[in-house]
Amino acid sequence: MAVKVSLKVNGKSVSAEVEERTLLVTVIRENLRLTGTHVGCDTAQCGACTVSMNGKAVKSCSMLAMQAEGADVMTIEGVAKPDGTLHPMQAAFKEHHGLQCGFCTPGMVMNAIDYAKHHPDPTEEQIREALEGNLCRCTGYHNIVKAIGAGARAMAAGK
Amino acid sequence: MGAPLIGARVERKEDYRFLTGAGQYTDDVELPRQSYAAFVRSPHAHAVIKKISMVKAKASAGVLAIYTGEDFAAAKLGGLPCGWLITDVNGQPMKEPPHPCLAQGKVRYVGDQVAIVVAETQAQARDAAELVEVDYEVLPAVVDGSKATAKDAPQLHEGAPDNTCYVWAIGDKAATDAAFAKAAHVTRLDLINNRLIPNAIEPRVANGSYSRADDSYTLYVASQNPHVERLLMTAFVMGLPEHKVRVVSQDVGGGFGSKIYLYAEDVAVTWASKQVNRPVKWTSDRSEAFLTDAHGRDHHTIAELAMDKDGHFLGMRVKTTANVGAYLSTFASCVPTILYATLLAGQYKTPVIHCEVTAVFTNTTPVDAYRGAGRPEATYVVERLVETAAREMKIDPADIRRRNFITAFPYQTPVALMYDIGDYNATMDAAQKLGDVAGYPARKKASEAKGKLRGLGYAAYIEACGIAPSAVAGALGARAGLFEAGEVRVHPTGSVTVFTGSHSHGQGHETTFAQVVADRLGMPIENVDIVHGDTSKVLFGMGTYGSRSIAVGGTAIVKALDKVIAKGKKIAAHLMEAAESDVVFENGAYTVAGTDKKKMFGEVAFAAYVPHNYPHDKLEPGLNENAFYDPANFTFPAGTYVCEVEVDPETGVVKIEKFTAVDDFGNIINPMIVEGQVHGGLTQGIGQALTEGCQYDASGQLLTGSFMDYCLPRASDVPFYQVDTRVTACTHNPLGVKGCGEAGAIGAPAALMNAITDALGVKDMPMPATPQTVWRTLKNKKAA
Ligand code: FES
Ligand code: FES
Repeated sequence: MAVKVSLKVNGKSVSAEVEERTLLVTVIRENLRLTGTHVGCDTAQCGACTVSMNGKAVKSCSMLAMQAEGADVMTIEGVAKPDGTLHPMQAAFKEHHGLQCGFCTPGMVMNAIDYAKHHPDPTEEQIREALEGNLCRCTGYHNIVKAIGAGARAMAAGK
Repeated sequence: MGAPLIGARVERKEDYRFLTGAGQYTDDVELPRQSYAAFVRSPHAHAVIKKISMVKAKASAGVLAIYTGEDFAAAKLGGLPCGWLITDVNGQPMKEPPHPCLAQGKVRYVGDQVAIVVAETQAQARDAAELVEVDYEVLPAVVDGSKATAKDAPQLHEGAPDNTCYVWAIGDKAATDAAFAKAAHVTRLDLINNRLIPNAIEPRVANGSYSRADDSYTLYVASQNPHVERLLMTAFVMGLPEHKVRVVSQDVGGGFGSKIYLYAEDVAVTWASKQVNRPVKWTSDRSEAFLTDAHGRDHHTIAELAMDKDGHFLGMRVKTTANVGAYLSTFASCVPTILYATLLAGQYKTPVIHCEVTAVFTNTTPVDAYRGAGRPEATYVVERLVETAAREMKIDPADIRRRNFITAFPYQTPVALMYDIGDYNATMDAAQKLGDVAGYPARKKASEAKGKLRGLGYAAYIEACGIAPSAVAGALGARAGLFEAGEVRVHPTGSVTVFTGSHSHGQGHETTFAQVVADRLGMPIENVDIVHGDTSKVLFGMGTYGSRSIAVGGTAIVKALDKVIAKGKKIAAHLMEAAESDVVFENGAYTVAGTDKKKMFGEVAFAAYVPHNYPHDKLEPGLNENAFYDPANFTFPAGTYVCEVEVDPETGVVKIEKFTAVDDFGNIINPMIVEGQVHGGLTQGIGQALTEGCQYDASGQLLTGSFMDYCLPRASDVPFYQVDTRVTACTHNPLGVKGCGEAGAIGAPAALMNAITDALGVKDMPMPATPQTVWRTLKNKKAA
């Protein structure tokens, strides 16, 4: 059965006709063509699909589109300033070489931004802990951990 | 001119698009009138297909078509080819049983393709695939490579008796046996190199699109080498002319080897797109990736090292069984032979080596090159042997290495390779210093005081990269040349687009190559763009694997640059009314020695495209040059890794306390990118040793088929690494570079297992050293 879901994505009101079983990530990628949000697994392990929903990082592969009815969603496409300037967390990933193939990156950044809001000066161990739900096969995490620390401190400094 | 670009930590040009969600990965490509495919796959490891009933599936909503092996046979589609012919010990060619795109009467591993379903939506294609009823007669399966040649083992292929693909050997057997006969000590190990599943975070995707307008195909595919993909698919499988097929691999989310190969799905969607006259897209889910992406490693090896009484190596004897899975994947045959046994000399002057490899078919996913490909297996054999020998002979493990290091170059090994240059003492010294090996005894004491075990292990690896001198590769059985192509297109106002056959899927070529080009042409890096991954744009390419990009692809670009600069010199000489031999090119300008005459590169480019004042009698207009570079030799990156672990004897948990890597990659273009490659490689190597291990049950069901069962290293499993480099410049390419992509994965497993066995005080234990395995090993040791 088709249902209609209406939500806000990156500040814009959108709606889509979808099957009940449709996942939020499918609406984001297929219906809205916001392809920065990726799908890396089918068991909610990799975190490539992470978006922000009502200010919290969530895995958009592990919820139905219907569950996002009325929600305020931000995807990676909505993170930089409208003029294209990178968010401090994105800038930190670039500066610290926290990405290689870039496939895990949107999920990493979305998770990191949410985390940094509550942890303005995280330790290495805390960051590693916080990445429990995000897999990266390229970087060995070394530079991601550095980037998130630097990004969190930059966010706290209001940069 | 600003600071030199070569050797600078330049931030990557590709990052902005990846960080803002603007990357274009294959699944992001959505074509007009797109349709979707799902595959019906075998749930059995070995079975005869009795009947396929598609009645229900065809009636399912949105279904456009379903094709089976019968349709593929009727269309005369060939099987998937293997690119490397190994000749066995009897001079016979290896056994190459057919590798059909869709099963022909029999399935040979769980996940083997049986049918393709094309529908209006992905969900409809998957729903319908579930409704295809296949009647199987299940056969007994063999999954363990060591059991594949047993008399009563189930036989996979008619054309491969005893499930044997080949028995191959290298080295002088008689001389090696003689060395063992006079040895004062022999160290022997029975090693398993565990099967791994690559798991790039982007799953494979293929989107085939046929155009009736010009009878041509475009395949968008997540591939590491689009040109080779096209060559294999057109010439060997579909019988199509190459100019009618375009293969595009734009942004690719990691490969590690698994995206080198031509896969059945790529052919199936391409062919189906003509049948349904619509683009057909297949996106692998992670479960399919576990089942069908080519796996890596899976060796069982018995290795022996003979020494004199002072620990000088006299000879090495190695016998390996390599499990290649159910079919030969694209490069499967060369991995456990050419890329493995030729590296058994390691960094040592072992005078004689003999290695015999038996490659066997089993009812498992095909095995092919995975980051390191053969060289991690070789390093594991050599470095586990050497460390064990040191312990047995009570010689310091660093000392026994130094005693045997090759110190004079070039060096001809007894297993075919000629090392051009290296300095193994330098990397060993640096690693010991950076890893504070001197402070280790105190740290060990501190661990013991806490009731913990501490161990330290080395690995001094070598690899052969820059694959490959085509003539050598050809003599060894390669069915393709292994050169690389590059094109430098100078635009009229002097900016540059470079086309390279070296695909980038995380390595940062758009930056590294641009640094090389901008440096040579003396222009800002912003004026250079690198294009790769599209057969309609790039003339040709052999792709990215074997850490070959900078050494082979980079050199091709340098050769093209040389041609551009040389032609520019002729133009500049004309413009400045000087003799060509008096013109020099430096810092982006042509000047005439001893005068103040000067033409900027951009002015010369402009003159080439607006040739109002131009040496028409001697030169064509334009400034655009191609080069193909075939390397003179392999390159030989090498280094020393030192790993320190702390083990909790109560729980078996291993914590990596320190991991130090000092590599010699030759000259380095961008240290930031190189360090990133090392970090990633180390983590995959640590994954192999600590967390990852593919498991099948006896019937051939994959037990580790998701991220919940197959443990990719997470951020908390690994430490911050200490990495550094030492440089001996490669002697036979103009940049003096060697390649860095695989080193970490090659050296890390041996270093880590040497550390763990040291901590536990045992000779050997299997990878991965999960807490359970460690705990059990300790328990068995106590009981013994
Ligand atoms: S795709 Fe959502 S966690 Fe992997
Ligand atoms: S950068 Fe490739 S998976 Fe993280």
